[in-house]
Parts: sequence; structure tokens; C-alpha cells
Amino acid sequence: MDGEAPRARASWENGSLAPVDRLRTERADSPTPGLVEGTEPGAGQKSAMFVHAQSFEDLNAEVEKDARRDDEVDRSEGEHAEEELKVLVREENIEEPPNSPLESRSKEEDVSSEAWRSHRKHVFVLSEAGKPIYTRYGTEEALSSTVGVMIALVSFVEAEKNIIRSIHADGYKVVFLSKSPLVLVGVYRTCQSDKELLRELQYIYYQIVSLLTLTQLNHIFQHKQNYDLRRLLAGSEYLTDNLLLRLDRDPGLLLSAVTCLPLATSARDVVSSSLQAAKATNLVFSILLAGDQLVTLIRKKDQFLHHIDLHLVFNLVGSSSSFREGEGWTPICLPKFNTAGFFHAHISYLEPASQLCLILVSTDREDFFNMSDCKKRFLERLSKRSAYQALKEALKSPSYSVAQVGIPELRHFLYKSKSSGLYTSPEFPVMYQSDEEQERLMGLYQDLHSCLHHPTRPLSYFYRCGETENLLAWVTSGFELYLCFSPLGTKALAVSAVTKLLKWIRKEEDRLFILTPLTY
Amino acid sequence: MVLLGSSGVGKSCLALRFGKDEFRSTSPTVGCAYLTRMVHLSDVNLRFEIWDTAGQEKYHSVTPLYYRGAHAAILVYDISKRETFLRAQVWLRELEKQVVPGSSVLWLVGNKGDLAEERQVSVQEGEELARDRGLYFSETSAMSGFQVSELLAAIALRVYECLGAQQEGLSEWRETPLVNLHHRDTFSSSAASCCRVGP
Repeated sequence: MDGEAPRARASWENGSLAPVDRLRTERADSPTPGLVEGTEPGAGQKSAMFVHAQSFEDLNAEVEKDARRDDEVDRSEGEHAEEELKVLVREENIEEPPNSPLESRSKEEDVSSEAWRSHRKHVFVLSEAGKPIYTRYGTEEALSSTVGVMIALVSFVEAEKNIIRSIHADGYKVVFLSKSPLVLVGVYRTCQSDKELLRELQYIYYQIVSLLTLTQLNHIFQHKQNYDLRRLLAGSEYLTDNLLLRLDRDPGLLLSAVTCLPLATSARDVVSSSLQAAKATNLVFSILLAGDQLVTLIRKKDQFLHHIDLHLVFNLVGSSSSFREGEGWTPICLPKFNTAGFFHAHISYLEPASQLCLILVSTDREDFFNMSDCKKRFLERLSKRSAYQALKEALKSPSYSVAQVGIPELRHFLYKSKSSGLYTSPEFPVMYQSDEEQERLMGLYQDLHSCLHHPTRPLSYFYRCGETENLLAWVTSGFELYLCFSPLGTKALAVSAVTKLLKWIRKEEDRLFILTPLTY
Repeated sequence: MVLLGSSGVGKSCLALRFGKDEFRSTSPTVGCAYLTRMVHLSDVNLRFEIWDTAGQEKYHSVTPLYYRGAHAAILVYDISKRETFLRAQVWLRELEKQVVPGSSVLWLVGNKGDLAEERQVSVQEGEELARDRGLYFSETSAMSGFQVSELLAAIALRVYECLGAQQEGLSEWRETPLVNLHHRDTFSSSAASCCRVGP
């Protein structure tokens, strides 16, 4: 969003963001003004690969538009205001969000049990007629009364020509997202803002649309209001489950960005041009993945992929083992591209045990053999070149250690180039190896993200001391940066680290980013 | 060859047995998986293209793409779940609408023979249905590998016979477009009209 940076700066000037004393010290330490959009490290040299939704604000524009259409209904406004106040004043030693024990899905869970209640993030999807469609924990059948209450709340508020957005009470947030013909409800115990929680619900909504298309959803519910959608979603719940896990663990979903496999430019260029050469009339996107990292993406001229759609593809590929057994051919709706129709994706691994997965997206459902042929041509071309070997070598070290940057006390960071929609991040250091710790660190980043992108008072710069780590977050019109230091680090050190890190990323950008995206 | 049947009856596991003679529990198939497998008969080698379809209901609208033109259709059900047997009969009716009798080999397979203790569909029932509708019938277990390679060899033999008997008619029939199944859309550069599908 173009207006974002000036707005942030303006509010910074008039001092509405933070206590005055804090402001003064921070401004003194303030690093050199950020590089402007398009020139930051990692910015593509040509046009970007993705739909130009570079900021979180863009991404959420839709939700906000919906929400602002009617007056906000907040069932406990006082509490909400209090919360906001807390968000603003907290700087030092704030309470950590409660840790979630690693939650494994068990459908048999008793929904009246304490264990069920204590889950940190519940997500429910229901139809407008009040039929349960999906629950993250427990079984849908057991929840019909709970779901009844939810839908009653929604329709009660709607009857007054209003929209219910959230309920804050007793440490819980209940967030509602009404996307006709579905209603999504999240019940959370977390510090994340409503806006972030809505974003997560939106992802779940898009996941369902990507399986069925919105046209089909509307069609079904127009004909039969009380249709049990679980029939159509049967066997795909694991996709939603996995997406929810990703939302807690994958920085890409937080940053609205994708990360690339570190690879020498020369090798990446060969891979990209080989893939570019394997084209077909109906081919729209060719995507080569290595696990959750992008190797290259070729698109039809003038067609852009949205990162949400790409994350849904990542989720589909990452969650299913079935593509390992043969060549997969599946209808898939890319909801950010078009909610009305299916693309058809040819999904296969380059070699049986390889990490490299090729996804060819076509518009024609009878295109399987054409796509299969494209893959063959790509493989033939690639295996003749030495680049294939280089690519395989690069797979052995899919990440880098933060020590390579050479900044003392720096443990981890996330850097997103806004104009390319790509981010880079080192591997998690030893102390964040476990799932719990990773989720905790991600929780901290989510917190920072919430503060930087606060709907009414966005910050551009935020430093926070904690017992276990110190964090610095900085957003400019060109990039977003989140740094995690050991608790021994000082603020001065953190601030000086930024310039050094940016220099390092600039030096490595050829390897860490895709700078010259190709089209057919 | 196309594998049809309800979700979770073991189509992918059978396909895996056909292809690699391995057993692994798999995640639900997304859309359709395509594998190839060579089968050696005494005097000829047949290359099977296997379409392993997803059993989930949401993919049913695309399944006809795969059984149209198939030389062999394998209807799989789970002997420990009666509803999958009923579902197989629905598939059979669909198939019969599309397939010229005698032009392709239809096979009814009761899978999960290893769960005989929880059997809900008896061997006789399977046999009877197969006899009434002119299908071949087997019971297999993809988990233990019981009867799987025998099944593949038998299918290969029947397909080979069938091909030999009506080479002519088959290729002619394959080229007849089934108008009601196609829903071909052309790609245009505008995002809004890019693709569309009937529910």
C-alpha cells in the first residue's frame, strides 16, 4: 500500500503511538531510513511473479471492506479498548503467550472434556443454516449445540442489520468471518489481533473454496440450504488440519510471502529456462518446489499467481503422499485467481525419492498427457545440463545458518522484500529446534507483526525485550524485517545489526531470491 | 485400466501393489494418479496405463474422463464395509451407460481380504453380482498381496483377448466424443473468464 509508510511516519511524528520518552530514545537510535520499494535487497529486476499484494494491508483490504460496510459490533467494547491499550504500552517484559503443547489431531476427542477446551486455537466452519462442516478438534456431530449458539449469535446481530466481528471475554477471542454461504468461527487464546485471526480464518475459507469452487458452493446451498457439506469435503479434512498447523509454523503465511531454495543464479537460470521451454497452449503456471521452498515459477504473460494460492498449492503437495506414487492430475481452484472455476494441476516428483516437485497448472481438464509431455521435455532438457547436479547439491543444504551473517547475538531473522513477495530466513538455531519452541518463536513474530500492522495505529519500528530473547521489527515501504537476538543483546546492537544484515542480504540476494522471474 | 470405488477401499494400495508390489498406507488420493506398469504374458508384453481415481465424492464429476476409453475398469469395494459394495453398484450402472458391452473388461474386486473377520459382504454376494452383470470377480488383499498379482495377470489376459477380438470396433468407439461429458473451456487472457466448471 503506497500510503502506508507516510501514514506510519505521520503518526510517529505526532506521538500518538507510544509514550513520549520511548519515542525520543527510539528516534535517536533510529537506523537510516529504509530503502524504498523496488530497490530493497531481494527486489526483482523485472516485474514481480505475484499479484502485487505486497503488504498485509492489501491482503486484508477485502475483509476490512466487508467489516466496515456496517457498524462494528463489539460485545465488550470496554475490554477491547483495554486490550488495545495494552498493545500500545507494552514494550518490555511482557507476558509470553501461553505455550501450546504439541497438539495432535484426535477426532475422537470428547468435546466436553477439559482437554478439548484448553486447545489454544479452535476453528469451526458452519453453513448458514447452522450445520457443522469442520472442526479442528473433536467431531462435528458432537458440536451441533455449540454450533447452534454460534449461528444464533450471527443471525441475531444480522437481524439488526449489523455484523458480528468478535467477542472478547475471559482471555478468549471469538472471531467471526461470514463468507456466504459459509460462516467461520475461531475461538482463540492468543495475543494476536483480530485482524490476524481473521486472516487465518480467511485461509481456511480459501482452502475450502480451492477444493470445491465458490460457484459450486453457492449452487449447492441455493438448492439445498441444509446440505451436509462434509460429504463433499470427506477425505480432505487433513488439508485443513495441515493448513492450520502451517499457520502456526510457517513464516510465509504470516508474511504473505514465499521463500526460495538458495541456489546459484547460474543454476537457477538454467532450471528456469528449461522449464520455460517446456510450454503448452493451456499451461498457465509451472512451479518447481523443493519441499516448502520455491525453486522457480514460470507464468503465462499477464497472469499472476497470488501468494495465498501458492500457499494452498504448497499445502496440497506437502500434505499428500499420493503424488509420490505416480503422476497426479487434479482439479484445483485457485481462489485468488478465480473462485468460479477449476484449473487442472499435474503434480509429480522429478524423481521418486526426490524433494523436487513439479506442478503444471493447465486450464484444460483433458490436458493430462500434454502436461505429462511437458514434464518429460523439461526433465530431458534439465538432465543434459550440469545445473541439475547443482540443483541436487543445493537440496542438501536447503537453508543457511545465521552464523554466516556474522552478527553477534543474532539468533534468527525474517526478511521480506515487499516488491518481489519473497522472504528469506535462516534455519532455526539449536534452541528453537523443537516444534514447541518454533511455535513459540513464531508466536513472538506474530505478535510483532500484529503491532506493526495494527489496523488503526500501525508502527514502523518496534523493539522488545523479553526474558528469553530480544526482538526488533522494522517495516518500511520496501521491506519487512524481524530480528531475534539473545537476551544479552542490547538495543544499540540490534539497531546496528540492521544495516549489516541488509548489506549481507544484498550481497547474497542472487542466491536467496528469484530476481528475474520468467514468463512463457 | 481405471480403478473405481468409494473412498478408502484400497484403490491406491492395489495400484501400488500392481506397480511396485509394495504395501504402504497412503493418504487419500487427490484427483487422480497415473501409473504405468508392464505385464508379461506368455507371448506378448502389455503396457498398462493405470488411472487410480479418487473415491471422494467431490471428484466424481471428473471421473468419467478416466473410464471413458479404458480397456479395463476395476470396481473396488471393501468387504468389511457394505456401503462400499452398494457404491460399487452405482459405479457399475454409470459404467454400463458409457461402455459398449464386450468392448472392455469389467472386474469386480472385493478388497481387504485380510479383514475377513469383519466381513460384511460375503463372497457369494460378490460372485452373484458379477455373474448377473457379466463381470469378472476376485477377492484380494492389497495389504498381504493375496491374489493381487493373479488379478493383474488375469486382467491382462482378458484385455489382450478382448483387444484381439475387436481391435477395429474399439478404436472407433474411443474416438466417439461423449458430448455431455465434455465441458471444454478456452483460455482467454482475462482473469475472470479463465475457467469454469459445472458442479
